[in-house]
Amino acid sequence: MANLTVRLPAPPVSWQVRIRLVAVCLGLAVLAFLAFCLGVGLGDIPLGLGEVVGALFGQGEQGQLFVVWQLRLPRALVGLMAGAAFGLSGALLQTMTRNPLASPDMIGVTQGAGVAVVAGMVFGLDSGPGIQVLAFAGAVAAALLTYALAWRRGVTGYRVVLIGVGLSWVFTSATEYLMVITEVFQAQAALGWLFGNLNGRTWDQVTPLALALAVLAPLALLLGRSSRALQLGEDVAVVLGTPVQRARLALLATGVGLVAFGTAAAGPIAFVALAAPQIARRVAGTAWPPPLASALTGAFLVLAADLVARRVIPDLELPVGVVTGVLGAPLLLWLLARARRA
Amino acid sequence: MRSAALKPGARERAGLQPAARLGRGAILLGVPIAGLVVLCALSLSVGARAIPLDQVVQALSGGEVTKAVHDVIWSVRVPRTLLGLMAGAALGLSGALMQALTRNPLADPGILGVSAGAAFAVVVAIAAFGIGSLYGYVWFAFAGALVVSVAVYVLGGLGRDGLTPVKLALAGVAVTVMLSSLTSAIVLADPESLNRYRFWSAGSLAGQGSQLMPQLAPFVAVGIVLALASAPALNSLALGDDVAVALGRRVGLVRLQGAAAVTLLTGAAVAAIGPVVFVGLVIPHLARLVARWAGGETDHRLLLPLSAALGPCLLLAADVAGRMIVPPIEVQAGIIVAFIGGPIFVILARRARLAEL
Repeated sequence: MANLTVRLPAPPVSWQVRIRLVAVCLGLAVLAFLAFCLGVGLGDIPLGLGEVVGALFGQGEQGQLFVVWQLRLPRALVGLMAGAAFGLSGALLQTMTRNPLASPDMIGVTQGAGVAVVAGMVFGLDSGPGIQVLAFAGAVAAALLTYALAWRRGVTGYRVVLIGVGLSWVFTSATEYLMVITEVFQAQAALGWLFGNLNGRTWDQVTPLALALAVLAPLALLLGRSSRALQLGEDVAVVLGTPVQRARLALLATGVGLVAFGTAAAGPIAFVALAAPQIARRVAGTAWPPPLASALTGAFLVLAADLVARRVIPDLELPVGVVTGVLGAPLLLWLLARARRA
Repeated sequence: MRSAALKPGARERAGLQPAARLGRGAILLGVPIAGLVVLCALSLSVGARAIPLDQVVQALSGGEVTKAVHDVIWSVRVPRTLLGLMAGAALGLSGALMQALTRNPLADPGILGVSAGAAFAVVVAIAAFGIGSLYGYVWFAFAGALVVSVAVYVLGGLGRDGLTPVKLALAGVAVTVMLSSLTSAIVLADPESLNRYRFWSAGSLAGQGSQLMPQLAPFVAVGIVLALASAPALNSLALGDDVAVALGRRVGLVRLQGAAAVTLLTGAAVAAIGPVVFVGLVIPHLARLVARWAGGETDHRLLLPLSAALGPCLLLAADVAGRMIVPPIEVQAGIIVAFIGGPIFVILARRARLAEL
């Protein structure tokens, strides 16, 4: 599909609109909203799509309003925002490092959160806010350690990824060690967290994540330009006038911030950060992972996976992260098989 | 392109005649092998019951030792050490092969889905068939590894442009994630499975060697032959598919041979000791650093044997350390591997310009 060129007479500005990308974003937004509403409607008191949309705008019975606003909305909102945060951060990191395998799961950030939380659980912490703080602190500490170790008169995206991978293996095996020495029921609780979970979310998890997204998401979209310059290689980026080191730091900090808040609210939901940008890129037909479409894909993946996770086995709510893998992998495989060029 | 970054002397080394380069390579190979001898001796002597080295030598050469010492050496330590040698070599070799095949320095041998397939099969064996002994898992794990890596290979080759390194890597990651999700779904629903699975998944050399070695060794041997035979073709492949074709390589066939070797090697190793694929990630980078001395950091005829010799060094060192840290309890080798290998990997990434493949 062709690009549409928009020209304004005054001020004399023109820009190009990729019709396919815009269409894909709109389509994904509709899908994500649909999954969101279906998720809110699902439960012991089933609500229709119309009732849910009405309740979101304050229309409906008192009982329905309470169920929607107090019980169901936090879960759906955490899913929506965590998915978007993971997708967006994956897009930033993959573009910056020029490696489709790079994602926050790979550079040690989520593993850092994991080891902090599992240690907390093994040593007897089980309260919600404490876990949230631990996850956030673990993720940020891991990212700082990676950046500090990758620093040699500046960092390169490549070195950050390599060092992140090395550290993530250390964190993973520390987690495994904790899992081996602990009681089996604690190990099970820890595993439930390690897979990413939307069960029992409240407004306590929604608020920090919403604030973080309000700041970081616009920043991420703004940074898209310099991340695409970096994708052309360091030399080209310098020639194009990109402040390479500052751009890398900003991209990393934004990506890590998104993941840290997302993980604190929902746990490290597997595969979303890696797959969402790759899926979005192939659907939208762009040469790089498009940030907004990646975020929308991530949100849709998580919300749809949560629908499946709650329906598939009656009386047992699977952690959403178990389903994102099962659902996202075939989608990615299908796109891989269809693509003309990988 | 890189000549500006070469240190004094490096240019001369790079200009060595191929024969001289391989000669230096042979000398290089001696260093890790000497290290292996030391580590084997340690592995035979260290443990819950420490045995002095002179008695180890006595026992091995059939000299006068007490029955207890004889039994510990021959029925516990020797099989365990041999298992470490075999699994370490297999993992190091398949890691180097995997990074060459996908041209991605982040590829580990698990990327073809081998360890996820093995883990899934192990959990199914526990949950569905109630198999409890480590010995019983092995064939499930091996079968799972084989089936899954064939599936990944086929999936990566779908589509108009056939198999490309990026598609292979992404297909492997996708299948890995899918299977580990299913694995954890089973494990979460069934605490008894979790209880056994978590010990297998930590990765250990303990208590299985004597039965496993003879049965898995043939697969590893075939894998090693396939891997080493593909070395010259991998050198051509590193120049890009088009150049490799122009040099007369059949690219598809080379990839198939490499993937078969990776599957056999990793499948056998993971089945025997658990998913300790980190060995396969860190060892090729170490091998490249060592091979640079001989000017052969891109020569797979040197890199593959070096990786095969360095792999067991890391695995045995981890196993010995795991026995020494909090005696008489043993910490699983898979855990120590990451604690030793992780920092090595970080230092390598900081110091050397790791070859961008």
